[in-house]
Amino acid sequence: MDIKLYTLIVHSENFAGLLSQVTAVFTRQQLNIESLNVSASSIPGLHKYTITTYTDEETIAKVAKQIEKKIDVISANYFTDEQLFSYEVALYKLSMPEFLSDHAVLHIISQYNANLVEVNSVFSILVKSGTSEDITALYEELQKYKVVLQFVRSGRIAVTTSCYEKVSEFLEMREKQYCTRKIR
Amino acid sequence: MKTTDKIRQEAVESIRITGAEALMRSLEYHGVKTIFGYPGGAIMPVYDVLYDYPQIKHILVRHEQGATHAAEGFARASGEVGVCLVTSGPGATNTVTGISDAMIDSTPMIVIAGQVASSSLGMDAFQEVDLVGVTQPITKWSYQIRSAEDVAWAVARAYYIAKSGRPGPVVLDFTKNAQIDKTDYRPTKVDFVRGYIPEPQLEEECIVQAAQLINNAKCPLVLAGQGIELSGAQQEFQAFIQKADLPFGCTLHGLSVLPSDDVHNMGMLGMHGNLAPNVMTNECDVLIAVGMRFDDRVTGKLSTYAKQAKIIHFDIDPAEINKSVRVDVAVLGDCKKSLAAVTALLKQTRHDEWLKSFTPYINKEKEKVIEPELHPDTKELSMGEVINAVSDAVHHEAILVTDVGQNQMMAARYFKFSKPRSILTSGGAGTMGYGLPAAIGATFARPDRTVCLFTGDGGLQMNLQELGTIMEQKAPVKIILLNNNFLGNVRQWQAMFFNHHYSFTPMMNPDYQTLTSAYGIPSQRVTKRENLKEAIDLMLHTDGPFLLEACVIEEGNVLPMTPPGSSVNQMILEIK
Repeated sequence: MDIKLYTLIVHSENFAGLLSQVTAVFTRQQLNIESLNVSASSIPGLHKYTITTYTDEETIAKVAKQIEKKIDVISANYFTDEQLFSYEVALYKLSMPEFLSDHAVLHIISQYNANLVEVNSVFSILVKSGTSEDITALYEELQKYKVVLQFVRSGRIAVTTSCYEKVSEFLEMREKQYCTRKIR
Repeated sequence: MKTTDKIRQEAVESIRITGAEALMRSLEYHGVKTIFGYPGGAIMPVYDVLYDYPQIKHILVRHEQGATHAAEGFARASGEVGVCLVTSGPGATNTVTGISDAMIDSTPMIVIAGQVASSSLGMDAFQEVDLVGVTQPITKWSYQIRSAEDVAWAVARAYYIAKSGRPGPVVLDFTKNAQIDKTDYRPTKVDFVRGYIPEPQLEEECIVQAAQLINNAKCPLVLAGQGIELSGAQQEFQAFIQKADLPFGCTLHGLSVLPSDDVHNMGMLGMHGNLAPNVMTNECDVLIAVGMRFDDRVTGKLSTYAKQAKIIHFDIDPAEINKSVRVDVAVLGDCKKSLAAVTALLKQTRHDEWLKSFTPYINKEKEKVIEPELHPDTKELSMGEVINAVSDAVHHEAILVTDVGQNQMMAARYFKFSKPRSILTSGGAGTMGYGLPAAIGATFARPDRTVCLFTGDGGLQMNLQELGTIMEQKAPVKIILLNNNFLGNVRQWQAMFFNHHYSFTPMMNPDYQTLTSAYGIPSQRVTKRENLKEAIDLMLHTDGPFLLEACVIEEGNVLPMTPPGSSVNQMILEIK
């Protein structure tokens, strides 16, 4: 079994209670969710879930099918990192006295292309967007200077690098089926 | 004096009805004629409408679990959706076992439960329980109706989802305010949900691949599941089997797909199934599964299951493909269509040698298992001989309902079928207590057929209260109690795998005849072989319900058996 990080992208109707139905499938398969992001998608009325988990392909394929089986889930597809462009955002709250005591901290921040969005006498807030690895690396660098008061990262968000837009095509297909059904 | 506007407004209001009445009208619109239920506080507005609603027959059960199994029995015997009506809180949670049973056995059912008013939701109100949360993992769809406007749509959607594709249970959690508030009612039909494809379209390529594999097969074996009955594909299945001369084994739920005496029918698959189809699963070159889900009770040890064979899987549910057994060709779709499409591409073939090769195993099982069971050398009756005698007496035409355990496996082995939709049993969930209420449901679904329930002394007592329903409804359930004073199946496992430690399986029983007589149900107890036939005749010639208590060998075993964790072909035929 080749265990790796898979990203499952789910589109569903915007109905209450669907998130717990989606996560329940992971629980039944005894999978830990590494990250989870849910937001309105570009398609009106649809929500998009981006979920990452470490597993093998056989299991993630089962999970995708089990999730897609839920009545108001439109689609569930899994991807490896090579098939996606993915990003995360992280916030770092830094202690000002430690920050100021060493110039190296500022150097690291600029090296990692992070932005300071708040600076006051007690703390400053740093924003960094990038890959998961970059965000972790920056955190580890800053930790060396014992400067981090709080750290939080968003779940992964991702778009596919394929030329096919599976969800839009699925909805188009269903739209056609709906119309032919009406004519009949 | 009333203004014209006021009069108009009143006229509009007069055609407005309450959510509770909208529910009744919606059910009627969808053809529901029978519901099984139990009233309570949060569903009283609906029961108030029901009071003046003779179009729908309401069967008052004695416990909500009974309502769900009765609805399941009704659904399985009729092919229609079974409907339950219960109150909130404990009334609703009492349906959970039946809902999960219906889910795993693909039984179409709608459970309508009362719920506290929307304004009280989340307040830990009296008899409030998060039914949608509780039932989401065990339903096809679970929905809370919070306004009366929603009723017609929700019932239509529930009906569509429960019945279409792979059938299953749906829960409607009906808040009290939505029952009381008024709404404009319009009959509503739902036959499209954009995210839900009940029936995948057939793929030509898969049809061709499946046909090629079958055409080239020297030793093909078919596994017939309930999906065939669910899609009404018995004729298509028969044509498929006959054209390519295909032997088949049946899953528990697939037993009445074709008559038991069909020449291609090799018997039941699985742990207590027949020897030949189980052994041949690991001998065949092409294994063709139709409308079945490779349950672990059928496959035994997966790592040695049919490894030599190419596997074709016909199913309507994409999530079943490669779930437990990896297949070479998946034919997705309704098997009524897919079987016909594949059959059209099949060559007319004969597999005489292959069919003949089943005979030694059939004979071996007959000699080692069936004959000793049907003609035991004991003074006491065996379970098998009782079942066989009942099956003969009803000319194999009755609906068989079983409870769970030894009675179930023995009935599945020794009862014979000649008509479709004739086996009602709790397969996937193995719900003890299923039998009695399910049999009640079956009598309402098919009043034209004899309904024989085989149950054990354990299972009968798990929903014993439904004797009250039988009494009140005069439901003609023929209850055949195989009484061995044990929780027999667990006892058998204790004997085989737990050093005969009969840990809490011997059971002190009441006098069942006295018990049923309190409910006005006639009965007969049989202890001797010579009285068996006479007692069965009495049961069948008595109008209405009847209890036949057969006192059987206390430590009777269900054989053959594939021990848990063993390969499908490693069946034990005798216990030394």
